Amino acid sequence: MVTTSATAPLTPVLADDVAAYLKRRSRWSPLEVVFWIFAFASIWLFPDKYLILKDTAILALFALSLDLILGYAGIISLGQAAFFGIAGYFSGLVAKYGLINEPVIALVCSGVVAAALGFVTSFLVLRGSDLTRLMVTLGVSLMLGEVANRYASITGGADGLQGVDIAPVLGRWSFDLYGHNGYVYCLIVLFVCFVIARRIVYSPFGLSLRSLKGNALRAAAIGIPVKWRLVAIYTVSAGFAGIAGALLTQTTAFCSLDVFSLERSADLLLVLIIGGTGYLYGGLIGAVIYKFLQDWIATLTPQYWQFWIGLVLVVIVLVGRERVEGWIAAARGSVARLGDRLWTRIRPRSAALGGAADGD
Amino acid sequence: MLTILFDGVAYGMLLFVLACGLSVTLGLMNFINLAHGAFAMAGGYCTVILVNRLGVPFVLGVPIAFLVTALLGGLFERTLYVHVYARSHLDQVLFTIGLVFMSVAAVDYTMGSSQRFVQIPDALQGQFDVFGIGMGKYRLLIIVICGLLTIALQLILAKTRFGSRLRAAVDDQRVARGLGINVGAVFGITFAVGSGLAGLGGALGAEILGLDPTFPLRYMIYFLIVVTVGGTSSIVGPFLASILLGIGDVAGKYYVPTLGAFVIYAIMIVVLIWRPQGLFARSTAR
Repeated sequence: MVTTSATAPLTPVLADDVAAYLKRRSRWSPLEVVFWIFAFASIWLFPDKYLILKDTAILALFALSLDLILGYAGIISLGQAAFFGIAGYFSGLVAKYGLINEPVIALVCSGVVAAALGFVTSFLVLRGSDLTRLMVTLGVSLMLGEVANRYASITGGADGLQGVDIAPVLGRWSFDLYGHNGYVYCLIVLFVCFVIARRIVYSPFGLSLRSLKGNALRAAAIGIPVKWRLVAIYTVSAGFAGIAGALLTQTTAFCSLDVFSLERSADLLLVLIIGGTGYLYGGLIGAVIYKFLQDWIATLTPQYWQFWIGLVLVVIVLVGRERVEGWIAAARGSVARLGDRLWTRIRPRSAALGGAADGD
Repeated sequence: MLTILFDGVAYGMLLFVLACGLSVTLGLMNFINLAHGAFAMAGGYCTVILVNRLGVPFVLGVPIAFLVTALLGGLFERTLYVHVYARSHLDQVLFTIGLVFMSVAAVDYTMGSSQRFVQIPDALQGQFDVFGIGMGKYRLLIIVICGLLTIALQLILAKTRFGSRLRAAVDDQRVARGLGINVGAVFGITFAVGSGLAGLGGALGAEILGLDPTFPLRYMIYFLIVVTVGGTSSIVGPFLASILLGIGDVAGKYYVPTLGAFVIYAIMIVVLIWRPQGLFARSTAR
């Protein structure tokens, strides 16, 4: 199936087939359109919930970054917080010392910094088994946390980075107290990143990632440069995680040591597991459910919500992640079919052209 | 200088007793148990309750803590962990992190979030002065107990029938099963004893390591360092790794206190890159 990177040239007919297949897969389904319309409608629908919505958008982007390496490339990581944190501090510092005043440029630069760290550390992660990967990713984020703590004169240490003054976005929209502009900003960034991730995942490159997750040895045998593909996706994922971290610093005008904490990475795994790995909306849906759960539990027992989060994790694993994901997939499928039926009724012609659920 | 070495050895010995159960479970079942520290914490709090509240003598409280944690470990193993052995590493990580979160919140709820200390009998406090080296009595006791335990463990592994079964199961589970070894039972017992040892370590170490609800999270990385650096194929590897880690950590905190745990993490990453199988591991096919 994955032939684009094979050494043998494709015959024209096969190349056409592959191109048609990729194009069919990457078409936006009606349900996706509805999802994003609803996401943007939330700006007007829930004006009193901006803060939690903003956190959800950031978490969704962060989860998306983990999904790229865990769901698509099969790299298990407990250290995604390293990239989140380093970009968070970077964007805070450049704003504090007035090096880069424009938030959008600072955001992109933070993403690049995180991606650079991802590129460097990817060579460590490629070695060894799952356990080694866990240890190395966790070790890297803890090490950065120690460094941030050590250079308290720059980072503020345990008190956090204070006095960050974020300039208005594009010189026009400043971050107000109610979080309206902040939320819109996060949502737009999330959408842009999502579109990029979607483009990556549905490209031949994304397909090759899936194949090497399935069986790295066979993928190598048909000519996929496994090592470099993993390096590439790890770097991209680090960049996305960095953008999420920078968003958090920019919208809160604060950054503290807990951006590097193990809990952050572990919570992220939970988010992704709730939403389901290996499809792009998993992180997004997971983030919405997780934030809702957290908010709800925190109102019941403000101090001990971690217990219930732990219980959710244990139960999910005991019930069987595959089974839970199966239910989610079934629910998704039925909703998709429903959506398609509605779509067929509204636009019979477009459905006849091939708007059926692509089942992926 | 020698005092630091002495403290480091005591600390390392303690880490070994805490982590050796983990190394066996990891080697035997290829199971990543991040919740190992929770058992150590259970042992620590068990001693706190026994000694401070109920007035049980310290000498008696510590062995009871061992038994209680071993029972707890056995119970958890039979009821919960057995379902997760065959799962992917991701599932194991999720499951055990969930357990850690639950234990942290549960202990916070029942015991409060402040740090607790075990009342150590007066006879064990104070210092010896041998050749100008100050040696804490309590630390010396820890070294003696942990040293004896290590020798006992090594003897059990090397000389007894159970030990040879365990080693066979670690080396090749399928063949061991084929030879009629009940790997599940061997593993259950090992898990219970390993948890018990963690509890014992937690009880003895409450004074040195500090006991509060975040204990499993704070020390998780240390246990994992011991196991990954030491390798999982023998007991000598983790032992040497924990002694090195103990001395390195104490010396690092004494000489370059500003760097904190940075040195330890850096060393760990270097070792893992240099020898992914562990510093003292035999090269195995797995």
